[in-house]
Parts: sequence; structure tokens; C-alpha cells
Amino acid sequence: MKIGVVVFPGSNCELDTQHVLQNLLGQEVKMLWHQQRDLDGSDVIILPGGFSYGDYLRTGAIARFSPIMESVIEFAAKGKPVLGICNGFQILMECGLLPGALVTNGSLKFISDDVIVKVEAGNSIYTSKYDHSQLLKMPIAHIGGSFFADDDTLAEIESDDRVAFRYCDAEGNANSESNPNASIGNIAGIYNKKGNVLGLMPHPERASESVLGSTDGLGLFESLILSN
Amino acid sequence: MKEQKVTLELAVEHGLTEAEFEEIKSILGRVPNYTELGIFSVMWSEHCSYKSSIAELKKLPKEGKRILSGAGEENAGLVDIGDGIAVAFKIESHNHPSAIEPYQGAATGVGGIMRDIFTMGARPIASLNSLRFGPLDSAKNRYLLDGVVRGIGDYGNCMGVPTVAGEIYFDPHYEGNPLINAMTVGIVKHNNTASAIAKGEGNSVMLLGSSTGRDGIHGATFASVELSEESEEKRPAVQVGDPFTEKLLLEAVLELTKQNLLIGMQDMGAAGIICSSAEMAEKGGVGMEIDLSKVPLREEGMIPYEILLSESQERMLLVVRKGKDREVLNIAEKWELNCVKIGKVIIGTELKFKMDGNESATVPAESLVLGGGAPVYHRESRQPEYLEKLREFDVRDIEVPSDIEATFLRLLTSTNIASKRWVYRQYDSTVQSNTVLGPGKADAAVIRIKEAPNKAIAIKTDGNGRYTYINPRKGGMIAVAESARNVVCTGARPIAITNCLNFGNPEDPEVFWTFKEAVAGIGEACLVFDTPVTGGNVSFYNENPEGAIFPTPVIGMLGLIEDLAHIRQSGFVDEGDFIILLGSLGGCIGGSEYLNLIHGRVEGDIPNIDLDYEKLVQETVLEGIRSGIIKSAHDISDGGIAIALAECCIAGRNNLGANIVINRKIRDDELLFGETQSAIIVTVAESDLIRIEEVSGKFEIPCETIGKVSGDSLSINSYFDIPVSELRTKYESALPELLERRLR
Repeated sequence: MKIGVVVFPGSNCELDTQHVLQNLLGQEVKMLWHQQRDLDGSDVIILPGGFSYGDYLRTGAIARFSPIMESVIEFAAKGKPVLGICNGFQILMECGLLPGALVTNGSLKFISDDVIVKVEAGNSIYTSKYDHSQLLKMPIAHIGGSFFADDDTLAEIESDDRVAFRYCDAEGNANSESNPNASIGNIAGIYNKKGNVLGLMPHPERASESVLGSTDGLGLFESLILSN
Repeated sequence: MKEQKVTLELAVEHGLTEAEFEEIKSILGRVPNYTELGIFSVMWSEHCSYKSSIAELKKLPKEGKRILSGAGEENAGLVDIGDGIAVAFKIESHNHPSAIEPYQGAATGVGGIMRDIFTMGARPIASLNSLRFGPLDSAKNRYLLDGVVRGIGDYGNCMGVPTVAGEIYFDPHYEGNPLINAMTVGIVKHNNTASAIAKGEGNSVMLLGSSTGRDGIHGATFASVELSEESEEKRPAVQVGDPFTEKLLLEAVLELTKQNLLIGMQDMGAAGIICSSAEMAEKGGVGMEIDLSKVPLREEGMIPYEILLSESQERMLLVVRKGKDREVLNIAEKWELNCVKIGKVIIGTELKFKMDGNESATVPAESLVLGGGAPVYHRESRQPEYLEKLREFDVRDIEVPSDIEATFLRLLTSTNIASKRWVYRQYDSTVQSNTVLGPGKADAAVIRIKEAPNKAIAIKTDGNGRYTYINPRKGGMIAVAESARNVVCTGARPIAITNCLNFGNPEDPEVFWTFKEAVAGIGEACLVFDTPVTGGNVSFYNENPEGAIFPTPVIGMLGLIEDLAHIRQSGFVDEGDFIILLGSLGGCIGGSEYLNLIHGRVEGDIPNIDLDYEKLVQETVLEGIRSGIIKSAHDISDGGIAIALAECCIAGRNNLGANIVINRKIRDDELLFGETQSAIIVTVAESDLIRIEEVSGKFEIPCETIGKVSGDSLSINSYFDIPVSELRTKYESALPELLERRLR
């Protein structure tokens, strides 16, 4: 399987993502420069974390205008998998592939910490290696990761079962205590309508090796590979 | 800004002495013009020339079998860790800028040290810091802390370099003159390193990165005087950071190095274009001809003086291999960076600057730089009078607190000991997916090296200003010993250090005496631990109207772990493990955090240190870890054994508690809160008790079982028994309560 990782000026998690997919899971990874339109025959597209364009103006707001994003949008329209992690999630929202918005954390501060998220909706592309309601430990590292959506959008996401992950405590309770950034409904990640586009704030690529303290993120990439 | 007629008076205004001005005239054979005066004043400033410190720094041990590039040779030290991989690392101060503009001052401090690392072709893989502020009961200090932390976080986070460890202390001696020391560690393949050298007649000299503005003019000179009431007016001397451009610069520079397109490069920090061109030319024994009208400018009407001295951030000076100009420009274009040929390498040793066809300045490169024509001073030194007074301390004048438990909790929740989570939570500590042990997990940070399979490095910054104030020589030794001990506790062998020496005005003989003593102490300790000094930074003139700061040498220690199985955390691991004290308990309350916090006194003498004994304690721990006996390790430091044990519980798994029985014929406060060197708390499984005694016996180090990991509370003798959950809550909430409630 060929995985395309898009590199914007200011991306900084592309090498971590490549490391997991290539060195740990033996996949072919292509680094796709944001100026190109050709996706190089990728079967999956990943928008990695970082600070594309320095997060100037608004997170992800400038990156959405990169030439490659037109191709990514077409790719997604064909039902192919597009995964956005952290800044990648923010870009997916800015370009309209995912609904809602990511606003500044409730604390108004950057938060770097381990969090626990619960696998909510089952998804054949991204979560087949997880059990329903499985709890995953992963790091977050962002200042603009508080999920927000208006009531109608939120109701739609919830009723369509499109919440991918929810912040929770070690017992699986999603409440304000276990909500690191004041996201609405403790939402840490969502799918698009078709379920082929996923955005999440936590970093599964930083939780894929036992030496780093957690392998809970690996299942997401393994599921992705399995589905192709 | 207008050009002015150069007189002795103007030279003195520029921070030069009369003798220095005479020397400049004799070097040039004429009176310097205005631009040249600016050049000499900044290059001969303390900050750039190390003129007061270099004679002492030369006494530090710099040799070692792992050293690929030693102190003063390149922008940072370069240390071999095997597998064809080298570690580049350095620490630097940004104290004065942060005192008046905390956010930008700290941010550009981080940016500057990162450039020092990637200028060598190394990719930065971790950052650390060491911070000092006045007490947090003042709104000004809370503002400074908040700004500095956001500055460090925003810059490092955007760069994608994890900030993994550090230290923070608060003391009235840092009022008005906080210390902001930033350290970055990078890795590079041996054959991909870059050098800060210019060579080859006709080779292009290019400027890569941001355009040049009026920011930071005379920043280096500003760093070389004491802060005063008027310092606020010097805010324009503080640079402004743009981490996004720096990230592009990093990627572009690593690409240039990998493709071998450069002869050399030098980043622009202090003293901008003039410093980088002078250092590169001097190193290569060549001259340079530079046309300042080619420099992309941010503002109109800038004169040569300003262009040469500007400290605008995120810029690099490149000397390009013959015929490779086009390829360099292409890479710059890819990363959307300015890149302009501003001149060329010439035969000779002169730097010739012109603008709009007119000659602006002509100076011999060698006359400007450290080791060349820059002045060297052997400052007068005299033992400070205060030292004798401090020694009059008699412990009998100190009353043993009646409520030991309350005293313990006060220490645990004091700003110097309580958890710094409020701070490090704002730093991305996991990006690059190498962080095995990040902040709060162990005595040092542990970063695995993907390029050298199964290896990791342990890194830590340490420095105790109060100790060094009370006993400069011993304080210098302890700074090295403690940083070595900290990396040892994670399973690493210490291999090299970088240092940041923060002191007051070197022209004050008493200040200079403490400097000399501390440097001597560092040198002695480095010899014993076999950790050569690979470079660093000296920051003088750290004073406020009340006087000098605590003399504060900060050590950045690099340790190497050759097997990932040898990594150890500080917290307790398993119920039933035995808690063992390796080394001896000193029980010294002189200079301790306890004496400072509880009794409001900074007196006595600090704990003794026997470097050879310390080395043996460290060897015991390393062998214990490598043979798989020791499961966790934590050294005794601020707050004594009681605080150390509490930290082992808090950092441990599942609220694991401990039952401790320890008896000495000393006072209760000395036993619990006395500070001590060369003592480490480790845990071992019951089945390994004999083995740990064998290891400690081999090194003739005391090994005493003081308790067991058990239950969910910490009890020490009959002093107290407190649930770990309560300890953790108090330890974690102390700083947030102080800051969130009262910020601004």
C-alpha cells in the first residue's frame, strides 16, 4: 500500500508519521510537497500535525489554499481515505472536508499531555483493530484543539454516529473533568458523512511504540492498512 | 539614525574604554568611521568577545575521546555517540532581553540556540531550559514567568522540537534580572556536519532567511551592561521572533548540508552580519567583500551601521561551493525564503563593506574576534566579605519545627519544589516521537535515537545559585555532580557538558572572584566525571539596583544510554520492592531550601562533596541498573530525603506508597530536610537484595534498606503518614493555584 503524507511549510509531524508507517509497519510512504497536485498514486492521504504556515491567521487557514488540497478534496470525494492529525484535522475543517471548528483550548494555553480517548463509532477503515469503546492512551499537543460545532451540526454528527473518539477518564467517563480542552461533547475526532475522512487531535503516531509509553495509536494505522 | 563624527566621547557612549579606542585606532592606523566604531563596539562587547571570561574558561577541561568538535571551535560542541552519529548541544542565556520583553526575549533565546545547532548540520531533537525569577508573590514576576513560558513554548512547539526538561527557581536575588537559559540538542551523521568557515576566493557569500530590520541593534552591547531604570527604553534592542520562518530555515539548511552545497555557514545572532562574516572569514583566513545594498531590508533608510549590527532573527550567512549558487537559490525558493548573494570571498584578511558604491567600512576580520584582536582582560578578584559572615551560622540558633508534617507539606508545596507541570504542560514534549521519559517522569529526560538503534541520550540542566553564592567553588562542583547524578539515575553514563555562567558585573572584584571559583569547581568536577566542557555561554552584568544575582552556573549534561532496557524512571514501580539508600545521608541544613523557606535564612555552608566518592556512588547505580537490579532511582536534592521520597511516590505508578524507617543521631529537621550530595534512593525487588549489596560492596558504598514500597501512603518513622493521592494533589496544585488565581 502506498501512503501519501502531505508536507506543508511548517508541518512537523511528517517524519514521525513516516517512521510508524514505513519502519514499524513496512508500508511505502511518499512525501507529497504541498505545491504539487499529483498524489503520486497514493492509496491513503495523511495530513500530519505541525504548524502549517506558522498557524498565522488561523490554524490551517492558509494551508487549505495549497495546490495539493484540490487533489486531496477530489481524492476524498472518491471515497478514498484521508486522515488528518492535529494540524491536519484543522486543515480538513478549513477546507470543508469535515464539519465544525477547532477553537482555542478552554485554558487559552497550549496543552501537551497524555489523554485517554474512547473509540466511539465503529469504522471499517480506521478502527477495525479496536474493540468498541476501547480506551486509548495518546498524547495531545495543541493550543487550538477545542472542538466546536453549532447545535444542528453537532446533533447531526452525533445522530450519524460520526464521533470517532471522545476524551474520557481511565474508567471511560466523558465529562468536564476528563475534557482537556473544553471540546463540545468531549469530541476528540470525527468522521465525514461517508466515513472515509477522519480528523483527530491526539497523536496516534506518538503512541505506536512501547518504548514511548503507549502502543494504543498503532491500531489506527493497522486498521487503515488492513482496509486497503 | 544618522552617522556621527567619531570622538572618544562617542566611543565611550558605545561602551568602549579609552584604551580600547586607542587600540582600534592603532589597528586601523586611523580614526574609525561611525560604522567601524559600531562594529568594534559590538564585537568587543563582553557578550561577543568573552573578554573578561576567556582567560578562566581556557582552564576548563575540553579534551575527551568522544569530542569531535570542542569548545570554541564551532557553534556548539559535537560529541560522538557511536553508530556514525554525533550529538551537537549547547546552552545559552537570553537574560536581559527577557527582563524587559519576556515573551520575545525567551522566544528568540530558543530560536538562537536552535540556529546554533542546525548551523552545524544537526537536526534539533530536544530542548531544555533553566529559569530563575523573583518570587511569585509579585505581579511583575508572574507576568515575567507567564511571558517567558509562552515564549519558549510558542517557539519550540512551532519548530517541532520537544522541550523535555528544565528547572525553575524563584528567589529575591533574581528580582528584576530573571535568568533565561535555553539549551538545544541535535543529532547529525558524522559526514553531514557543517562548519562556520569561509574559504575559496570568489565563492559567493549569501544571506538566507528573513529580511533585515532595525530590531536588536546593539543587543549584544545591551547584554553587556547592567539593567537599570532606563533599560525599559532599550526595548527596541530586543529582537522579535518568527518561529515559522526559522522552521523553514531549518529545513532549507539541512537540505543544503545534505546536498553538500556549502563551504560553510554561520547563523546570525548577536551582532548580526558583522559577527557572522568576521567569524567565518577569520576562521578560514580569508577576507570578504560585501555589498550592503544587496541585503533585503524591512525598513527604509537603513544605514550601513544599522544593517551590519541588526540582530534580526532567522538569518544565516552562507559561503557557497563554486558553481552551486543556482542549486542553493532553488532550495531557498522551495522553502519560500529570501536568499541573496551579498558578496564574495576575497584573498586577504579584510572585511570590506560597501553600500550604493561607497565604501562603508574596512576592518581586518581577525581584529574583531575572540582569540584574535579582541581584548582579553584578567579582572581583579577578591573574596567577598559576605562569605565570612555566612559561615558564622550556628545550627543551634535554628529551632526545630514543632509540627514536622506541616513543615514537610510547606516545603512540598513551595514554588521551588512543587510540580512545574503548569509550565511544562505548555511545551510540546512528545513531538518527533523520541521522548521515552519527558518532564516529571525521571531525574533527567530520556530521548531515544532512531538513527542509532537501541541507544538513547539522557539530558538535564542543573544549577543551584544559592549554593554557589554561599560557596562558589563547591557550588560549581555540585552543579556538575548533580547533573551527572541526574542522568545516571535514568541509566545513562555522563559524557559531556555545556555550561551557561550567569554572574553579575565582572568589573566588581568580588563578583569576579565568585566567577573564578565557580569555574574552577566546574573544571575539577568535569575531570573526575570525565565530562569535558564542549562550550556554552557566559552572561555577565546580571544585576539589579539591589546588587548582583546569585552567581548561577547552569550545567547542561549529556548522558548516553547504550541499551534501551537500561532506562529508569524516578517513581516507585512495584508494591513490595525494597527502598534502598545508596551513599550517605549528610543532614546539612546550611544553604538548604528548608533553611531558606522555613526560617528565611541563606546561611551556613552547603553540603560537602567528595567528587571521588560521588563518582563511586554513580558507578554503583549504573552497574545496579545495567545488571537489571535497580528498578527506579532518584537522587536526594532540594528539601532532603523527605521530599525525595515524596517525589518517588508521586512520580510512581498507581499511588504506590512507602513505609520508611530511618534513624540517625541528628535533629529531626536535619534528618528529613537536610540536603546531601552523593545519595540516591533506589528500589529493588526483594529477590535482588543480596545482589545490590554485592554491587555496592564492590564500590564500597553504603547500602541501607530504609523501607518498602507498600500501601498507598507515605510514612516516615512516626513523623507522618500521608496518602499519596493527597501528596500528589498538593504537589500538583501549588503552582496553578498561585498563578491561575493571580495571573496579572
